[in-house]
Amino acid sequence: MIVFKNILKRKSSREIAKDRLKILLISDRVNCSPEMMEMIKDDIAKVISKYMKIDTKSMEIQITKTGSKGRSLKNPTLYANIPILDINTIK
Amino acid sequence: MSEVIVVTSGKGGVGKTTTTANVGTGLAAMGKKVILIDTDIGLRNLDVVMGLENRIVYNLVDVVEGNCRIKQAIIRDKRYPTLFLLPSAQTRDKSAVNPSQMVKMIGHLKDQFDYIILDCPAGIEQGFQNAIAAADRAFVVTTPEVSAIRDADRIIGLLEANEIHKIDLVINRIRYDMIKRGDMMSSEDVVDILSLPLIGMVPDDENVVIATNQGEPLVGNNTLAGKAYQNICHRVLGREVPFLDLEKGISFWTKVSGIFHRS
Repeated sequence: MIVFKNILKRKSSREIAKDRLKILLISDRVNCSPEMMEMIKDDIAKVISKYMKIDTKSMEIQITKTGSKGRSLKNPTLYANIPILDINTIK
Repeated sequence: MSEVIVVTSGKGGVGKTTTTANVGTGLAAMGKKVILIDTDIGLRNLDVVMGLENRIVYNLVDVVEGNCRIKQAIIRDKRYPTLFLLPSAQTRDKSAVNPSQMVKMIGHLKDQFDYIILDCPAGIEQGFQNAIAAADRAFVVTTPEVSAIRDADRIIGLLEANEIHKIDLVINRIRYDMIKRGDMMSSEDVVDILSLPLIGMVPDDENVVIATNQGEPLVGNNTLAGKAYQNICHRVLGREVPFLDLEKGISFWTKVSGIFHRS
């Protein structure tokens, strides 16, 4: 998908809408502002960077409330997707 | 067994009233006994969409306040003998009724009707609380636009917090030409964002405006929107019907049901 976007170079308004909504709804659902999510993300990046080289630009974090089915309110979970650039830098 | 369905959206102008009118009319045409209740006190609309605005004598607030018997306020539809409307009051405001009064009133209607469909006002204030108080299930109506989807998500959270867990999504005003050129989110996109089962996909159809002008619901007629509403009615009755899919040959329903049966 990312490759596809790069080829087109310009995102369609459909994709822009979808991306904006996904970020917005995460913060709406957990009552946590996008700024705070950015701060959490930056702090996680700082800590992990102490131990290994990671791609901070394409890392993503999100809080979901998705439990076993649908969108139940149980078990909010923080997911972090952090691409490791160089596994050999692990100290 | 009667089922109480609330049609809600959060955002105004996305098609709650049109959906209520058409789903209600469609179910009545299929032989079910249906009552539509307009819960938007102060901004009465369902009566004009149904073409019944000249028959109103009493309204919802009169019933709740005991100014009339419930039978006196209910209007029988001119087309279908099993379709009824309980209109809202035009000159009062939302605080005229409270949720426990709604629960009590709907409790009296339950043994008389197969389906009780509540047209919810926009917003999340008392009108919304009144409309959802007695609901067994909800239809969340949205359009493929960021503002409507954001509000829908908020509404879904509030419905769940109020212990309404049977929630289905109706996506309205879909424009296939815009989706095709990448300028509108598709039904798949909206389902993906809101994580709700889809019960209806209604295309943007000028016949909706024409039907509303005439005060005639278009469910079941030979228009695209009419067919889409008819399909929603079939699904309410538990029949699996494929979604209208104008662009692709394969049925979208197969994909969506796949997603939800997997989890």
